[in-house]
Amino acid sequence: MDLLAILSNSVRGAFGPEAAIYALAAIGLNIHFGYTGLLNFGQVGFMLVGAYGTAVPVVAWGWPLWAGVLVGVLCAVLLALLLGFPTLRLRGDYLAIATIAAAEVLRYLYRSSWAEPLTGGVFGLKQFAGGFYAFNPYSGPLDLGWLTFSPRALWVMTVGWGAAFLAAGLVALLIHSPWGRVLRSVREDEQAARSLGKNVFAYKMQSLVLGGVMGALAGALIGINSQALNPDSFMPIITFYLWTIMILGGASRVLAPIVGSVVFWFLLTFLDSALRQAIGTGLVPASVLVASDIGAVRFAAVGLGLMLLMMFRPAGLMGDQKELRLDVR
Amino acid sequence: MSADQATPREEPEDLVHQRAELVEEEARLQHEAPSEGASRAARALADVAAEPGVPKPDPILVVEDLTRSFGGVKAVQVDHVEVQRGTITAVIGPNGAGKSTFFNLVTGFDRPDSGRWRFDGADITGRPAYRIAGSGMVRTFQLTKALMRLTTLENVMLGATGQRGERLLTAPLRFLWRGQEDQVRQRADALLERFRLTHMRDEFAGTMSGGQRKLLEMARALMVRPSLVMLDEPMAGVNPALTQSLLGHIQGLRDEGTTVVLVEHDMDVIMAISDWIVVMAEGRVIAEGRPDDIRRNKAVIDAYLGTRRELKEDDGEH
Ligand SMILES: Nc1ncnc2c1ncn2[C@@H]1O[C@H](COP(=O)(O)OP(=O)(O)OP(=O)(O)O)[C@@H](O)[C@H]1O
Ligand SMILES: [Mg+2]
Repeated sequence: MDLLAILSNSVRGAFGPEAAIYALAAIGLNIHFGYTGLLNFGQVGFMLVGAYGTAVPVVAWGWPLWAGVLVGVLCAVLLALLLGFPTLRLRGDYLAIATIAAAEVLRYLYRSSWAEPLTGGVFGLKQFAGGFYAFNPYSGPLDLGWLTFSPRALWVMTVGWGAAFLAAGLVALLIHSPWGRVLRSVREDEQAARSLGKNVFAYKMQSLVLGGVMGALAGALIGINSQALNPDSFMPIITFYLWTIMILGGASRVLAPIVGSVVFWFLLTFLDSALRQAIGTGLVPASVLVASDIGAVRFAAVGLGLMLLMMFRPAGLMGDQKELRLDVR
Repeated sequence: MSADQATPREEPEDLVHQRAELVEEEARLQHEAPSEGASRAARALADVAAEPGVPKPDPILVVEDLTRSFGGVKAVQVDHVEVQRGTITAVIGPNGAGKSTFFNLVTGFDRPDSGRWRFDGADITGRPAYRIAGSGMVRTFQLTKALMRLTTLENVMLGATGQRGERLLTAPLRFLWRGQEDQVRQRADALLERFRLTHMRDEFAGTMSGGQRKLLEMARALMVRPSLVMLDEPMAGVNPALTQSLLGHIQGLRDEGTTVVLVEHDMDVIMAISDWIVVMAEGRVIAEGRPDDIRRNKAVIDAYLGTRRELKEDDGEH
């Protein structure tokens, strides 16, 4: 077993483009759940419309990439309004059901042959982010000896982590304002907020839109990072990963999604490459596990990890364990 | 007098002080000449007949034909009721009489089957709860709703209306609202002081006792600067010494011109502070009047006051 290789892979995973992108999407989810108490089980839907909103105008109509990103954001705003209007006046479960269903419906819609002229259907879209890489300021790779990042990855990481920290900064400003106080009061008790003259519906809607837009930006970065989009890379499991990241970091903490994402991706890549090595060197015989099973083991491990987290550290790494015990009386 | 009498860890000496205060306060309520607000209210209601649905000279709230049923239960069936501005009006009645449901309806927290109501001259029938609260009619809940993971101070500050920092677009720009926020904090601190919650200022409201939550909820409601405040059993679970000072606060509110409507089961409290009493039973208003009228009212004795005597006789048999 080559421990250094495993470690180098894990660190790459922890700080690589995916970790940044998931951190950004989880910051959006944290606005929804951590601060407003909204149950959004379809954050991946916002990522999907953000990604395709970015790519379609570039591929189909030759628009510049920045205009595409703007379209992606607008799509997310529209999706939030469509989801929010019928459900935000009702109990929280309705939003949960609507979001989970909408994300899947959208995936099928975007991959349908009906949408193929725009979305490329099951084949997806490719090579639309040239406008992004044209601005890459890095000419050489980052070489630490045991770990290298290509100039391309460095550029996506710079923008991705930059966006994540900007988003976290914005959340910090908002949450420590009177607006954030109302948002948190809605999370605690809608009726009480209403009795003090707060328009609860409007605050929930603003929260849904804001968090959804962050999801859309994360989706745009997914497309930019891989230069290829396929509806089937927006599976419900991504929302599940995002929830894990948020809870791992500690819901309703500003930097928790960032810390959560780094730790999550470190562990996930560590498990992945350790298993791969173990199978490759015959440490784990093929009768027990083959390389193609690793994906399934990964899912199971995340599920188990989430369960252990809820049992032993429900407030996450950064959360205030005392705060969580306050619940019902 | 120490400021933290509400804490569970009281010295025996403190208890003695509290007892003394209670006795003093009771004596004051009984013997002292009525406050300016009380005599103003008494004068305003002097010519009003003690009968259900009677019109008042200057009503702040007028309710007409309000009904609400849950399945077969007619929880509220109020033909007509008015609340005189600047008074303490008590709503009393047996458990399940429909008092809380009535509160829910007029404050927009529940939708009536039929009915109209006017607040401060404007028809507010069917308006959403937050707009009714914003227009100056604020209520508290029988089952308190502390915002647990907000600090006590934040709970109270939330009540302030017209906060510039509550808009999404101005929220990140601190310089736009910092000055106002300081004023809001000062007002909130003053209210905490008044309700003796200063020692809990920076604790999560979720760590408060039941009685402290009642106090918090009232402080929070007052932060809105309501012209009509509707209190659903504000004294339930609050210790006797504090009850007396709460009564003082409620009278103070009335003296400053705020109209108070409160639900309460303690008849001694009701008789001591109310300017007007509305009695409900089985969803209807069965009687209205000044405390003395109510004490003598046959229907009230049968429907409400009488139940106490029956209970006592019952107890005796066992
Ligand atoms: N949400 C509800 N669903 C069904 N029935 C209800 C509901 N709320 C109230 N009721 C019924 O309406 C009637 C009036 O209830 P309400 O809570 O208004 O009484 P109350 O006068 O406030 O009593 P208490 O003094 O015990 O607080 C009761 O018979 C109650 O069972
Ligand atoms: Mg009640």
